[in-house]
Amino acid sequence: MSSYTDYIVGSPLVDTAAPDGPIETRWERRRFGVKLVNPANKRKMKIIVVGTGLAGASAGATLAELGYQVSSFCYQDSPRRAHSIAAQGGINAAKNYRGDGDSIHRLFYDTVKGGDFRSRESNVHRLAEISVQIIDQCVAQGVPFAREYGGLLDTRSFGGAQVSRTFYARGQTGQQLLLGAYQALERQIDAGRVTMYPRHEMLELIVIDGRARGIVARDLVTGETRSHLADAVVLASGGYGNVFYLSTNAKGCNVTATWRAHRKGAYFANPCFTQIHPTCIPVSGDHQSKLTLMSESLRNDGRVWVPVKAGDTRAPADIPESERDYFLERQYPAFGNLVPRDIASRAAKNVCDAGRGVGPGGLGVYLDFADAIARLGRQAVAAKYGNLFQMYQRITGDDPYEVPMRIYPAVHYTMGGLWVDYDLQSTIPGLFVIGEANFSDHGANRLGASALMQGLADGYFVLPTTIGDYLARGVPSVAEDAPEVREAEAAVAARIEKLLSIDGNRTVDSFHRELGRLMWDHCGMERTEEGLRKALDRIPELRREFWTNVKVPGSAATLNQSLEKAGRVADFLELAELMCLDALHRTESCGGHFRAESQTEDGEAARKDDEFSYVAAWEFTGEGSPPVLHREDLHFEYVTPSQRSYK
Amino acid sequence: MRLNLRIWRQSGPDDEGRLVAYRVDDADEDMSFLELIDVLNEKLILDGEEPVAFDHDCREGICGACSMVINGEPHGPEKATTTCQLHLRHFRDGDTITVEPFRAAAFPVIKDLVVDRSAFDRIIASGGYISAPTGAAPEAHSTPVPKANADRAFTAAACIGCGACVAACPNGSASLFLGAKITHLGELPQGQPERADRVVRMVETHDAEGFGGCTNTGECAVACPKEIPLDVISQLNRDYLAATTQRR
Repeated sequence: MSSYTDYIVGSPLVDTAAPDGPIETRWERRRFGVKLVNPANKRKMKIIVVGTGLAGASAGATLAELGYQVSSFCYQDSPRRAHSIAAQGGINAAKNYRGDGDSIHRLFYDTVKGGDFRSRESNVHRLAEISVQIIDQCVAQGVPFAREYGGLLDTRSFGGAQVSRTFYARGQTGQQLLLGAYQALERQIDAGRVTMYPRHEMLELIVIDGRARGIVARDLVTGETRSHLADAVVLASGGYGNVFYLSTNAKGCNVTATWRAHRKGAYFANPCFTQIHPTCIPVSGDHQSKLTLMSESLRNDGRVWVPVKAGDTRAPADIPESERDYFLERQYPAFGNLVPRDIASRAAKNVCDAGRGVGPGGLGVYLDFADAIARLGRQAVAAKYGNLFQMYQRITGDDPYEVPMRIYPAVHYTMGGLWVDYDLQSTIPGLFVIGEANFSDHGANRLGASALMQGLADGYFVLPTTIGDYLARGVPSVAEDAPEVREAEAAVAARIEKLLSIDGNRTVDSFHRELGRLMWDHCGMERTEEGLRKALDRIPELRREFWTNVKVPGSAATLNQSLEKAGRVADFLELAELMCLDALHRTESCGGHFRAESQTEDGEAARKDDEFSYVAAWEFTGEGSPPVLHREDLHFEYVTPSQRSYK
Repeated sequence: MRLNLRIWRQSGPDDEGRLVAYRVDDADEDMSFLELIDVLNEKLILDGEEPVAFDHDCREGICGACSMVINGEPHGPEKATTTCQLHLRHFRDGDTITVEPFRAAAFPVIKDLVVDRSAFDRIIASGGYISAPTGAAPEAHSTPVPKANADRAFTAAACIGCGACVAACPNGSASLFLGAKITHLGELPQGQPERADRVVRMVETHDAEGFGGCTNTGECAVACPKEIPLDVISQLNRDYLAATTQRR
């Protein structure tokens, strides 16, 4: 067998669904170009939606409103608990309510630039156009956005933006947007147009005659696995940040749905593009089970600093102004504390690596609100950030009104995901991928408050339009007992039986922690060829050990949370290898992907546009066997790639 | 620190269930309560026993999945705190802690500490929304909302749907949950057209799901990790009365 790192370069990938012509009219022309489904036929067509976060819930509700029969799946006990609920900061929209120079074009420009010129112009422009409709839609649903005394919507500026375009609902914007989408979904459930399958997990994709035709799902309560067939399948199953074990994702977030689809032929794009969020609560000990984000909206008023001297262990109040280094303000005077996430994270890592970090283990920097409290008053600060301060105090025992917060970067979001065309269709016809699960709009780095925007743009507005074009062209019927269906069911059953029969000496979590540590060390904030090769040597060994020494107690015929975790970690053990290979092959630094070998003289990321201005879409060829790389070249007609500068 | 645990074990809906004693010797005061159960479960698995099943997901106090009764209180002793945000620094070395599932007729136990709260989804499905199909929305600024109403709507909308209010209520009533949604949508101009129908349908569903009636004990608001104020129940009653008298 050839080595995994000897990947093969396959044919280039072209997005055939993408319209050309003036960028402002591309989406409009695509919408006009799609074939429409006769309303009477919609009632007969079935669509499966996996995941009920912002993308999945909004898509499920909208497809049902259009008249399709929808089956919606989530692993949680209720669709309302999907992890979009935890997004704090806000949602961007080019409303220009402030008259501060914002426009669709500016949001488009900022997003392409923020993504470090590794995203598609057409997709990003569409996203910026739709952003304004999202706010209208959410307000109509009763989402309680923050308002000013005149009764109009309030906005704030947010990481990486110099205009005030972020709409918010205190520090719980994701919760309120998700509840809006969830309520719309529940309305359709009540109307009988959506069948909801909570506590169900997709374990396999069913592909018949080259088309996605259904899924095999396990009922997590009864343990029953069975197939569900449909005319099209939509994956809205979120990102894969939990490959790092410690991340800000919910404990249940996993890659299984997208990875199973990848194994069945869907290309996985830019897996190494992961986002490390600068403002998280530092790790407190080995028992740590997850990391908690503190919204980066805090950076609007909080000032980030560390002591000037390395090894300074004085209490923060005892360190005079002259001995504090407000390193973001010093290094990036134009943007200061509001530089994009990748830059803020690496700057924090650098000062900690230099021995100037604070708190236990020296892995932390201060985020200080003393100036903001003096300027605005405690009450005004509490109105903006009260719940975040409370959350911080609950976890750490420190009061941020009195003592500066301690923060450190943590894995937060994955820009990579399944490759999709302009219609959000993967390389498997009939398989659509939306929200964080796809790779499409954020390039190598996502701007703050853009995840909620993308999830809802995909789910409410893009997918419901483009999926019709696929369905209108006719999808042949399939038999419930087609051999492909039986094979997929048998594969799931065999895998479950295998996991339960190993009966080794290590728990699933112990493998997950080891994998996570390996990925954080070698495929985290800074990547080197040496480190990545080390990880690529170790991951297959760890995977082999998992499959011979994991211990999964209990049976498959009941609620078995160890079994659920085992299946997810098994898939992470495969994904991790692809992430490291992708990071190894991309010998440039861009966005969240920093290769130590590719930096400027003053330590900033050095992009190599001549070599790497493409999307890396990987084709699966078998476990541990070298994948095929398909490159989709990126073209920039409206934004000229430049070295990002926030100085 | 060392902690003694008495945890409710129940293999399935038909099992009677019982409290089983465990001990964790290497707990740390910076651990969350769920991390304590993680540590216990890792030991149980290696000892060949089934780990304790419990619901959890975001572990940052917002998804509403975690649902334990700790020493008789839903989500434990700390005010305005979910179980996942409860840290062991609030307990003492050597303490004995009793952990049970949320108990209510409308929340049947599935296994150990996991209960079925799908009745909440059915209450929302019966009217807890504003009918605004995608694409039909007017420009957002065409409907100003006074800040006071928007703020009250937000306070009520902060409900995470965990069910602590039901577990705390001697009657097993979900009036706080229901009142929170009635208040959220009723405070907004967008929520007015469906206001009367909404409250009638949601109350009917609430009662049909087996939740009890409200007798104003106020236990729900004390247990609520998001501090949903008790006056949302007054709002619920006012709206219900108005809707039912109008209907006649």
